[in-house]
Amino acid sequence: MIDFQLHCPNTLEEALGLLGTYGDDARVMAGGTALVIQMKQRLAQPEHVISLRGVAGFNRIEESTEESTEESTGESSNGAKGLKIGAFCSQEQVATSSTVQEKLPLVWQAYRQVATPRIRNIATVGGGLVHGDPSQDPPPTLIALGASVTLTSAGGQRVVPVEDFLIDYYETDVKPGEILTDVFIPAAPAGSGAAYLKFLPRTADDYATVAVAAVVTLEEGPGGVNVCQDIRIALGAVGITAIHATQAEDMLRGQPLTEENIRAAAATVKDVVDPLDDYRGSANYKREMSEVFTRRAIQQALENVH
Amino acid sequence: MDQSITLKVNGTSHELEVPARRLLVDCLRYDLGLTGTKEGCSVGVCGACTVLVDGKMAASCLILTATLDGAEITTIEGLAQDGRLHPVQQAFIDYGGFQCGICTPGQIMAAKSLLDLNPSPSEQEIREWMMGNLCRCTGYYKILESIVNAIGPTQEASK
Repeated sequence: MIDFQLHCPNTLEEALGLLGTYGDDARVMAGGTALVIQMKQRLAQPEHVISLRGVAGFNRIEESTEESTEESTGESSNGAKGLKIGAFCSQEQVATSSTVQEKLPLVWQAYRQVATPRIRNIATVGGGLVHGDPSQDPPPTLIALGASVTLTSAGGQRVVPVEDFLIDYYETDVKPGEILTDVFIPAAPAGSGAAYLKFLPRTADDYATVAVAAVVTLEEGPGGVNVCQDIRIALGAVGITAIHATQAEDMLRGQPLTEENIRAAAATVKDVVDPLDDYRGSANYKREMSEVFTRRAIQQALENVH
Repeated sequence: MDQSITLKVNGTSHELEVPARRLLVDCLRYDLGLTGTKEGCSVGVCGACTVLVDGKMAASCLILTATLDGAEITTIEGLAQDGRLHPVQQAFIDYGGFQCGICTPGQIMAAKSLLDLNPSPSEQEIREWMMGNLCRCTGYYKILESIVNAIGPTQEASK
């Protein structure tokens, strides 16, 4: 374990002040499940660590409409109903919340698949996202639902969609002086179904070999046939970040979700994933499984439409 | 620079001066002499270092002690009351829930935490909850049997 100076502020303002003082020499730590391991392995060697454990607030899950801010883009999501989850909520808080289970069952399921309760009790929602590990469970689901994060700095706040927030392995859009404070997740529209599939060939608490989240919204098309009004698909663990499979979506939007159409769309994800060989499977195997699990996730989301 | 904190461990308050880098598992073992808590993998996967932090099960190998000012910790040493073992501890003895014993404190703390939250879990719920507690001797069936048989006595004891 490296040595460093620890700061334990009690308010967000204090934390932002410390971040301003120490700049690049400081790392912000929420639960610490990721950063402590990185410091043990000397992958991160900050001189200063700013612990958010004592900072009050940002630990509630509440029903909310998205706040419209200047930076917020995407007209359709403005004013959307959903849940605002404070960044310092533990992941177990989300995994055991009856509000999340009722309003956003997909999010509830995804957080229940993160590691084990002993880790989820420490790890936070915001910390997990800022960690930027492409194998984590929540990002595909958050991207499929069109979630966004609020980044707070001394100068104000900005809102960034999760899919733009994740930039590369362990790299996110957090700018110097910013702390992730809230996550807003819009509820899927009426007539939607969702699924999160995590392929785990080794152990139940492992990272996925491939994970896929799909959200399908149906509408009645010509001749009374249900067609896909909207679809969102995102994959985890098969690239430098969670991947939004827009090509597959474009092939299905406006089309009936026949088995043939689903198969053709799912096949396109093989071209957008870029997995690594590791003990969870070879790159080729993961590429094949990306197609299989995308197909299954779309089919299951379709079955879940109510 | 050391940090001054107050930590309540198994009901006793301690005023501690700890370096920023001190992990909770090391503080318990080396500063407080509570060597019941074991360190296995050091990366939060094996469950050997499981303790309760403010009543919630946590991996003590991943927590910086200095961030815990004011917290209450329960370790395996804190389970027995007035010389009587906790029903989960007794069940592990009665049903052979351990072999080499290194994972046992973590197994028992995890099982206790489950019964705190869910006093009558199904076998499936026990399996799911305990999946992050590894036993290199692979004595999983006996561990499961011990926990199943701890359910009744734990409910009795909490009445």
